[in-house]
Amino acid sequence: MQLSGNSAPAKNFEATLVDLRRGDAAVLDSIDLPGDDARRLMELGFLPGTTVTAGFSAPGGDPRVFQVDGSEVALRRETARKLKVRIPKLPRA
Amino acid sequence: MSQCSDCRSCGNAAAAVIEFPGSAAAPKTVALIGPPNSGKTTLFNRLTGLRQKVANFPGVTVEQHTGVAELADGRAVRIIDLPGIYSLEARSEDEQVAFDVLTGKREDTPKPEAILLVLDSTNLQRHLMLAAPILALGLPTLVILNMADDLRNRGGRLDLKALAVQLGAPVALVSARAGQGLDQIFDFLAGAMPKPAPKQLPVLQDVPKCRQWAGQVGSQAKYRPPVAPKWTRRLDSVLLHSVGGPLVFAAVVVLVFQTMFTYATPLHDGLQWMFDVSGGWVQKALGHSLLTSLLIDGVWKGVGSVIVFLPQVLLLFLFIGILEDSGYLARAALIADRTMAKVGLQGKSFIPLLSAYACAVPAILATRTIENKRDRFATILIAPFMTCSARLPVYTLIIAAFIPNRHLLGAFLSTQTAAMLGLYILGFLAAVVTARILKSSILKSGRTPFLLEMPSYRWPTVQSLGLRLVDRSVVFLRRAGTVILLVTVVLWVLAHVPFVNGQPAPIETSVAGTIGHAIEPVIKPLGFNWKIGIGLITSLAARETIVSTLGSIYGMDAESNAGGLQAALQHDLTRGGAVALLVFFAFAMQCISTIAVVRRETGGWKWPALQFAYMGFLAYAGAFVAFHLLG
Repeated sequence: MQLSGNSAPAKNFEATLVDLRRGDAAVLDSIDLPGDDARRLMELGFLPGTTVTAGFSAPGGDPRVFQVDGSEVALRRETARKLKVRIPKLPRA
Repeated sequence: MSQCSDCRSCGNAAAAVIEFPGSAAAPKTVALIGPPNSGKTTLFNRLTGLRQKVANFPGVTVEQHTGVAELADGRAVRIIDLPGIYSLEARSEDEQVAFDVLTGKREDTPKPEAILLVLDSTNLQRHLMLAAPILALGLPTLVILNMADDLRNRGGRLDLKALAVQLGAPVALVSARAGQGLDQIFDFLAGAMPKPAPKQLPVLQDVPKCRQWAGQVGSQAKYRPPVAPKWTRRLDSVLLHSVGGPLVFAAVVVLVFQTMFTYATPLHDGLQWMFDVSGGWVQKALGHSLLTSLLIDGVWKGVGSVIVFLPQVLLLFLFIGILEDSGYLARAALIADRTMAKVGLQGKSFIPLLSAYACAVPAILATRTIENKRDRFATILIAPFMTCSARLPVYTLIIAAFIPNRHLLGAFLSTQTAAMLGLYILGFLAAVVTARILKSSILKSGRTPFLLEMPSYRWPTVQSLGLRLVDRSVVFLRRAGTVILLVTVVLWVLAHVPFVNGQPAPIETSVAGTIGHAIEPVIKPLGFNWKIGIGLITSLAARETIVSTLGSIYGMDAESNAGGLQAALQHDLTRGGAVALLVFFAFAMQCISTIAVVRRETGGWKWPALQFAYMGFLAYAGAFVAFHLLG
């Protein structure tokens, strides 16, 4: 995960779950999917405001397991791309 | 729900006492419900043991498990195990059925008098989301927090009394795997079963509100979630490692095959020996008569030739059971997903397709885990191409008779093994190509998200595995005892009538022989004669029947009986014809059970008819080409 330097505005970095590497955490912002699909994801714990952590993946990085709300759910890259997240400012950055 | 609303108030006023029907009335019915991975099935097995049966809810493709639990005072309680769901929103078929059963809208199922709601105590707050719509139904509910041992071991805890107060319903902390705390469930079932009176319920349609409510209830109950499962992380760091993961995956697949072909062989041979020896005794004891012939050639040899495959089938189901119950199968689906995506399917199709190597029927049932209907139908349609165990007797017999056993790659690979492997690959390729065609034409689907929950790793329980095996044995033996028995007896009769001068006709002029001769022109281009033709007809019932059929036909024909079945086949088939027969069996959909289950699962005759025609065409064309290339 790379932040484009400290010159970025104070606003949080706009990214999706695809941008997370293993061990990275981010706060879910919105789900860019039709109603039923979004609801299914929400029932599994992907609610806006929840912290999502990237976990292990299949070889090649797709699909990837995400830890969310006490469970682990695997998503394909094409789905993970639709989940917008706010990456909290890194303390080290 | 509406019929409860008016009796709810009086129910509360009367201290929630429920009138039970008299002792002569039917046992009371309760529903078992919970999210996937809550350990619901393990609990169901604990409560009912062997007293359970599986059927389908009429009209839909949802499986209905019912069982009977016996209370301490001898009373029986009927338990309906509903499908694992996350909400009662009724979008999927599973959710629809669960909602209809719980609200008494299904005429085929009595409305349950109470609900056993199973939740995973190690992931309580998310699982509590399901408690909201369930409690809102107003039926007496026991909230069962499962996996108590995990919660304890990983340092989680909660105040059960406070939770019960918040939910307005009794709460039981149990471990279905270890069998702890089950008495609380029996006490609830034997007791007054009060209606729930939750402090507060959220707007059910609003998922964030439901989650917020669940979080509040959890914190009121001082719920402290357990630490992350250490062993699951450790195992995943190996099993989902970018190099180690696929290696383990490959090792598992190889082990499954090794088990089927090598380790099961002594058991298979032992059973075969038992049937041969016992058949010989009966023959000796009864002497030669028409009835003995029916008993030995028809029933004993026919059914016996199928039953000898029981150890193989059971070992495979044991394997799949261990993989599934331990949680590895979800990881396998994850690893397989990209590869499956290349033919337009998904990782969840891998599990059913792997089980299709044992038998297409349970494989087609296993496709229920695939939410996307088009992906599910595509998986159902290609599953019968996988080399199921019923093809093994046919392959084994013909390969042994026609392929000389020589070394190909030193001691590693013999020509016979290579031929067998080739047939597996042939079936697999047909499946892949068919999936590709289906997914780019009639079953093309939009992009629905692939979601796969990864359960924590757990030790499979002996009880749960045992029940699976008993279940499979019953299905297998019932098939051998009904379909295959019937076919062998009918065939025996057809091969003996009409009687000429009080003596049965020779096979050639019998009814069976006449039918065989009638279809000979159709199958001649494939290199098959009328005897093989009879075998093809009987194998429409089940593939392996052709072995017993040919056994009976040649057994009745004294001339070819001398050298056994293999010699008889060598006499009747050319090498090209033998290969054509193998190809035919690799492609054709010769299995009544599969056709029946496809009809049930796809809700009509359209798909099984298409599948039968497609596979039949492929079989005929493939056999034709094979015969003319090699013959």
